[in-house]
Amino acid sequence: MTDIGKSGAAVGEPVAQGSPAPTAFLEVRDLKVHFPTDDGLVKSVDGLSFQLEKGKTLGIVGESGSGKSVTSLGIMGLHTAGQYGKRKAQLSGEIWLDGQELLSADPDEVRKLRGREMSMIFQDPLSALHPYYSIGQQIVEAYRVHHDVDKKTARRRAVEMLDRVGIPQPDKRVDSYPHEFSGGMRQRAMIAMALVNNPELLIADEPTTALDVTVQAQILDLIRDLQKEFGSAVIIITHDLGVVAELADDILVMYGGRCVERGPAESVFYEPRHPYTWGLLGSMPRLDREQTDRLIPVKGSPPSLINIPSGCAFNPRCPYADLPKDNVTRTVRPELAEVGSRHWAACHMTQEQRERIWTEEIAPKL
Amino acid sequence: MLAYLIRRLIAVVIMVLVVLLATFTVFFMLPKWAGQDIAVLFAGKASGAEQVEGIRTKLGLDQPLLVQFWDFVRAIPMGRDYANGTDVTHCPAPCFGYSFRTEEPVWTTLKDALPVTGALAAGACVLWLAAGVATGVLSALKRGSLWDRAAMIAALGGVSLPIFFTGMVAMGIFVHSLGWVHIEDNLSTDDSIGVWFQTLLLPWIVLALLNAAMYARLTRATMLEVLGEDYIRTARAKGLGERVVITRHALRSAMTPILTVFGLDLGVLLGGAVLTESTFNLPGLGLAAVQAISSKDLPVILGVTLFAALAIAVANLVVDLLYAVIDPRVRLA
Repeated sequence: MTDIGKSGAAVGEPVAQGSPAPTAFLEVRDLKVHFPTDDGLVKSVDGLSFQLEKGKTLGIVGESGSGKSVTSLGIMGLHTAGQYGKRKAQLSGEIWLDGQELLSADPDEVRKLRGREMSMIFQDPLSALHPYYSIGQQIVEAYRVHHDVDKKTARRRAVEMLDRVGIPQPDKRVDSYPHEFSGGMRQRAMIAMALVNNPELLIADEPTTALDVTVQAQILDLIRDLQKEFGSAVIIITHDLGVVAELADDILVMYGGRCVERGPAESVFYEPRHPYTWGLLGSMPRLDREQTDRLIPVKGSPPSLINIPSGCAFNPRCPYADLPKDNVTRTVRPELAEVGSRHWAACHMTQEQRERIWTEEIAPKL
Repeated sequence: MLAYLIRRLIAVVIMVLVVLLATFTVFFMLPKWAGQDIAVLFAGKASGAEQVEGIRTKLGLDQPLLVQFWDFVRAIPMGRDYANGTDVTHCPAPCFGYSFRTEEPVWTTLKDALPVTGALAAGACVLWLAAGVATGVLSALKRGSLWDRAAMIAALGGVSLPIFFTGMVAMGIFVHSLGWVHIEDNLSTDDSIGVWFQTLLLPWIVLALLNAAMYARLTRATMLEVLGEDYIRTARAKGLGERVVITRHALRSAMTPILTVFGLDLGVLLGGAVLTESTFNLPGLGLAAVQAISSKDLPVILGVTLFAALAIAVANLVVDLLYAVIDPRVRLA
């Protein structure tokens, strides 16, 4: 944790629960999000810890069902807000935002932080915007929840934000409805709405997945520019390593509700130390690679979150599961261990084994 | 928006014309094809052949069908003179023809029945909309709770129990046993508001109970669906309070299907709540229709049918317009 302040790192060492309030802007400690269902307890997030500083970007990557989105909704407090019925999500651990612990805080206090201190951009801007209200009305509403201003002032602010995110003729388009916008414009409007209160933390949950490729790059550029301008901390959640390569300072790889590898983006990309990360890199299409090789998919499917495989959750899909001795991959859950500077991975293989496999077998094929 | 309004209006006019054609076919052409003579129906079986022929000329039944249809349609806005040489009967606009039985213009019957049916429909729909939507929203928010189960079982009961049962029971208890309300037998516009209120109170509640049950179930289902929408999550992510999320974001979306059904129900009701009016002996359109049917009074049946169809068409037009107010996407369609 010593070098965090100096380097402004997003990722820190695992911290024991109950430690004093952290110095990092956002610190998640041993977060667990479980959902009771008829079939059993779904452990969507099962012990996740990370830190994030202002002005830095953390990319959380993983397959569908790895717990990425559940984590982000957990930070926003959206698992508990508006939970009707008996089956409530069970959250434990600690989420510290700017010195305040959120999981134990009064829900109404957390509500006041939502949209002001921390806000969120969703995957599909068409379904995330209310179809019956104009873009302007929705931004004005987001602004006026947290600012005691009249509608005119809020509207001016909305126009200003739409202008800032690059919507042409913002004073006219402010009265348009979501269905009158294109996909990219909608996501811009969504970003304008998320940033209208200058939040310190912006969570982007697959912000480009629903957009076509040319627009994706524009939206990513926009997020990067706005981050520079506002100095906020950004968590970008995606299954697309290309997206994090473009934006993230640090990368956290999730598998089966847990972190399997995390570290500075450079290290994770060029010296990955977890077989699952290798799999993700192998299944990423790249323009700088010759087209001789096909993409290498990660075999098998994501684990059931009700019956997470014992030992290493990745063992049924891992080609190297038999390398460590005594069947340890199937009996003992590997903990995150330091594999480089601010770089951790959770794997039973020895450092030497992994270095050798990466440099000799994996990297040449990529 | 104006273009939308005009399109909807044209649609309504076309629909009314189709309804006119259909009713005319059913009431004037089918009997003819079936070998029935309408002039005989009108005159009564005891009449002589000369009398029947006189009526045939007077009503224009000897004209070609198209001419008959045109006269029939034109009479509604313009009025009509039934002439048989010297014997001229003027039927003022809106002319739906003459009753076989009472020899009065059908419009007189409709005019007397309308306020009763209107008041019944208006009171009942306010009641059922308020009760049904409120119950449905609460049930959706407390899904799986005791309240939800109780409300939904009660709703199932409400939907299943016919009005002539609940109506009779209600009358038995509140009118005859307890004597809390007095039901005026032949409600007319001369009666005071108090009398109207007393007489209509039970019918309102009984009719509302039936519909509220359906609306509660519909509201619950749509609310549950809407609460799962992404934009509801967005609303919460903005930091809106739960009350605002429910009312301004969720309920507004849930209103669209409710409104659709409401328009249809209100239209049907304005055409006469047959069971309720019969049970409580309210002289509305429904009761007029029942009486006309049992006495084979074709013009009155036709008048009520037409009016009911018109009521549904207009109610749908209003719903379509409200739709456009609620959902901006409709304005383009």
